[in-house]
Formats: sequence, structure tokens, C-alpha cells
Amino acid sequence: MLIEYLPIAILLVISTGLAALIVWIGNTFGPRRPTLRKSLPYESGMNPIGPGTRRMPVRFYLVAVLFILFDIEVVFFLPWAIVFRQLGLFGLIEMFVFIFILLVGYVYAWKKGALEWE
Amino acid sequence: MTALQIIFLITAVITLGAAAMVVITRNLVHAALWLIMTFFGISVLYVLLNAGFLAVAQVVIYIGAISILMIFAIMLTRRVQQDFGPQTNAAWPWALVIAAALFGGLIWIFSGWGNFFTQAPVMGERADPLRQLGMALVSPEQYVIPFEVASVMLTAALIGAIMVAWERK
Repeated sequence: MLIEYLPIAILLVISTGLAALIVWIGNTFGPRRPTLRKSLPYESGMNPIGPGTRRMPVRFYLVAVLFILFDIEVVFFLPWAIVFRQLGLFGLIEMFVFIFILLVGYVYAWKKGALEWE
Repeated sequence: MTALQIIFLITAVITLGAAAMVVITRNLVHAALWLIMTFFGISVLYVLLNAGFLAVAQVVIYIGAISILMIFAIMLTRRVQQDFGPQTNAAWPWALVIAAALFGGLIWIFSGWGNFFTQAPVMGERADPLRQLGMALVSPEQYVIPFEVASVMLTAALIGAIMVAWERK
């Protein structure tokens, strides 16, 4: 049973090892000629505007909360979807009630304009 | 020692070490990153317990969403830019003492409970926890009410977040 997870473990080891290897090779063999321009924080090739760690607008918080809520919704869907055919009509109605209650909040968020990025 | 025990010990050490770093480190962003490491260790523990769905849910919800929310919440605060001085909190021995006392107290209380030392029954090889969970979620004898109440709670959280964070134009 645990052998099923072996591919994930191998992927984890390879990705971690590869990342470490690339950083190590770059640090060991790469030439170092720092200039002021190179030491600046990278901001898509432009001159950086302000410090790198500035305060974020509260809008990001809203996006993160919305993401969590829909994420949890999906996690509830998954076990239901696996046994969907055995549950029959009753399970379908239950899920419709679940979705309907969430739809109320969704419509509220939509009407309020929380889903738009101004 | 079996391979399972060795994997468990490594995972437990990494999880506990990362959890300790969450409270020891001074930089809140670093603490959030260590917390992700802890969540990941817990997800591996779920895998060891043959609870694959919980492991996936742990990665998707806790690592994917909640830690991102925490990092955003940290970045909303004003003092995040300060990254000077030692990286460990000076009061960490006190935190250690208090946490150890709490842990000991909890163990002491729980050890009075009769079933404390009984092992959980082992699931059969053929058992499908995800299928059982799906059946239990919508069956009236089991968890249908909590399931529906969860959607009410999610809606309340959604509306609450909009109330808190929505900016009037």
C-alpha cells in the first residue's frame, strides 16, 4: 500500500536534489563579478520602485480567502463524487442544497464586486 | 526496525523541528515558510497512516491555501519589513518551558482516559476510506447535517471576508 506513494517520493527526491545541485553548481563554478546593477532586486528588468518588501493591499487577503473557500468546497466534492452513483437521487439533492447555500455567498461576492480586480 | 518506522521517525523529526522553528524564528515570513514544512510533514504522516485523501487535502488546503493566506496576512502588517538582529526570539526558553508544561498536563489528563493505551483497529487492505467518507457525508444517519452546516459556515466566512476586506470605491 505504501509502495503506491513511491513515485511521489522519487519525484520529491529528484526535484529537491536537482534544485540543490543547480544552486551548488552555480555557486561553485559560476564567476562572480558583482556590480551595483546586478545586486539590485530583480523587477522585470526595470529599475526597482521602492523596497522589495512593502505592505500589500488588503485586496490580496480577500483573494486568498476566496481561494480557500472554493478549495474547501472542492475537497468536499471529491468524496461525494466517488460514490455519486451509489448515492442516487438523495445524494444529488444533498449536494444541490450544499451548492445552493454556497451560491448565496457566491452571488453576494459577485454583486459586491469582490471577484473583480480593479 | 522496519522501513515504515524509519520513515516515520525521519518525518516526525522533520515535522517537530519545523514546528519548533515556527515559534523560535523571529521573522514572521520565515515562520510561515517553516509552517509549510510542518504541514508537509503532517501530510506525510497521513500517508503513513494510509489516509491518502487526508494527505491530499492537507497539501491542497493547508499548504496551498492557508499558508498563502498567512503570508498575505503577514505582508499586510506594518512591521514585516524589519529583518535585523538575531533570527531567534530571545524568550524561546520560556516558550519551551510553557509548551512542555502544557504537553505534560495534556498527557497527564488523557492518560486517565481508559482507552488511552488501546491501539486503533487496523483497516483491512481492501478498505476504501474515501468511498466510506463519501457515503458518510451524505447519509442521514451520519454526517449530513455537519456537511450542510459546513456550507453555511463557508458562506459566512465568504461574506465576513468581503465585509472585512472590501474597499469602498
